[in-house]
Amino acid sequence: MLIHEYQAKELLRAYEVPVSPGKAAFTPEEAVEAAKEMGGDRWAVKAQIHAGGRGKGGGIKLAKTVDEVRQFASQMLGMKLITHQTGPEGKTVRRLLIERAAQIKKEYYVSMVLDRRLARPVVMVSAEGGVDIEEVAARSPEKIFKEAIDPAVGLQAYQTRKLAFALGIDKSLVRSFCSVLCSLYRLFITKDCSLVEINPLIVNGEGEIVALDAKVNFDDNATYRHPDIAELRDIEEEDPIEARAKESGLSYVRLDGNIGCMVNGAGLAMSTLDIIQHYGAMPANFLDVGGGASTEAVTEAFKLILADKRVKAVLVNIFGGIMKCDVIANGILGALKEVEMKVPLVVRLEGTNVELGRRILEESGLSLITADGMADAAQKVVGASRS
Amino acid sequence: MSILVDKNTRVICQGITGSAGAFHTRQMVEYGTKMVAGVTPGKGGEKFDGIPVFDTVEQAIKETGANASVIYVPAPFAGDAVMEAVDAGLELIVCITEGIPTLDMVKVKRYMEGKPSRLIGPNCPGIITPGECKIGIMPGYIHKPGPIGVVSRSGTLTYEVVWQCTSRGLGQSTCIGIGGDPVLGTGFVELLEMFENDPKTEAIVLIGEIGGTAEEEAAEFIKSHVTKPVVSFICGLTAPKGKRMGHAGAIIAGGKGTAQQKIDALRAAGVSVTESPADIGRTVARVMGS
Repeated sequence: MLIHEYQAKELLRAYEVPVSPGKAAFTPEEAVEAAKEMGGDRWAVKAQIHAGGRGKGGGIKLAKTVDEVRQFASQMLGMKLITHQTGPEGKTVRRLLIERAAQIKKEYYVSMVLDRRLARPVVMVSAEGGVDIEEVAARSPEKIFKEAIDPAVGLQAYQTRKLAFALGIDKSLVRSFCSVLCSLYRLFITKDCSLVEINPLIVNGEGEIVALDAKVNFDDNATYRHPDIAELRDIEEEDPIEARAKESGLSYVRLDGNIGCMVNGAGLAMSTLDIIQHYGAMPANFLDVGGGASTEAVTEAFKLILADKRVKAVLVNIFGGIMKCDVIANGILGALKEVEMKVPLVVRLEGTNVELGRRILEESGLSLITADGMADAAQKVVGASRS
Repeated sequence: MSILVDKNTRVICQGITGSAGAFHTRQMVEYGTKMVAGVTPGKGGEKFDGIPVFDTVEQAIKETGANASVIYVPAPFAGDAVMEAVDAGLELIVCITEGIPTLDMVKVKRYMEGKPSRLIGPNCPGIITPGECKIGIMPGYIHKPGPIGVVSRSGTLTYEVVWQCTSRGLGQSTCIGIGGDPVLGTGFVELLEMFENDPKTEAIVLIGEIGGTAEEEAAEFIKSHVTKPVVSFICGLTAPKGKRMGHAGAIIAGGKGTAQQKIDALRAAGVSVTESPADIGRTVARVMGS
């Protein structure tokens, strides 16, 4: 799960990481109010969307007067912000963060993430702050320093000192830099984060260490034990069909093509996308109905696919294991009672209760194309999408 | 021969009285797996289809001589269930449960360091030696005994591959789903080594997917340690970038993790990588010379 920068900074404050004074605003009036309230002579107006690269896209502006705060806030609210992470369609700005502008003397990168191979959290730091860290990793990996953390004892003070000295942090700031890293670790562990990133962590005009940007992602599997974090979800940032799918326990990802797909299991679903493209067409979505979905969930899945107006043909590819083929067949029929099927449907069923599933579909009188194996199914649906 | 499980494996089910545990225990018994006990805290002394239920794993082992466990305990309690099985000294623990918080698994892995237990999963279909022992949720009838070892990160895609092989008359020595989570008990490399050393296995199928570097590590291992033919398919060649993976994760991997890099690494190690998931069975038949 992703949250906004202003929410991430609230969390950092709660874990004693220094953050510039700032406030969220939903209207230009609130933006002006916030600027006046926190005082100062320059303010950053920052668009709050779930994507990076905002500065280059015009989503971060520096206001020198309160009038400029109003002007920038009016421009940004409601605008489609396009960055390298949003895709070409961009994201609508609905919230802003108004922050007292800081003078930047030095910029660092710090983050906490899971190293899958080590199965341990890792803290990473670099003196190349404020830039795209992936570029740094590709161009000069020696400028990134890491410490793996033993989960039995947690992040140790000596590890934070090693990193501080590796970066050549000013002696007077080593203590506060180390304390930031310890805070990040406490946040990471306590709230089941999948990423905590401050880029940049700066030394400001007063010579203090401050988090200028913040990104905190959470493990979706653990939100059940953090109701406070679950409340931070901003559903407007999510694709409406993806959000609807999540409510029904389905895993859906919108793609760019026109062949709707319903598959069970993530691996089979991914390879179904691969084989459709292998035969020269593009899928409209990834949809995994999961292992033990009910007839109702399958109905919902099928309705989601048909709700996508771009879809020119539908492929159902099921290898029943726990999932029974008759449940899939009944789910499809359930959906077609509620919505009309205007595009060709190709069905490939295999596995548990396959005969029963095939018979249910046959006896329904539904017009569909049956397929034998993945290659046959993919070729048929690609052909059908073009007719 | 086979790897990890055979007709002598004595299995307990942790979570036997829950709906998934109950359903699959019956399926496993029907397949012929020796299900010797169940564990549900608070239900010790009861019976499930004639199988004795115990309060703790330790009691279950003491009374039945079990050496393996399959876990269907709900995600919030699954990490604890694995550690209980490790503490009780079981050789093999198969965790089917999906949705375990990642940091719970980080703790479990740390807890297992230096202990003799092996964990398969979590979030996996399990392990099967056709005709002898099925521990997990895979449909038994698609398998048949034979010379192909299958190791995969996926569930249903493994069924697809097994079915393609079985349909061509190519049976399997053992099939293992290692799981789809970021933190796993057992990786490709350890299982490749077991298949290489198993006289019954003549060829190996490795099914990978995007994310992490497990396939690259497998390729390194195959290059220097595996003499048997390996066939592979990597799914997600066309998956959109960055939908599931955080950016910083990709940094640690040093830019690795895409399907194409995995395919290139495996090909460089002499593995037959298929372009289409529909060609896996045919390719296995080709390397087997049938």
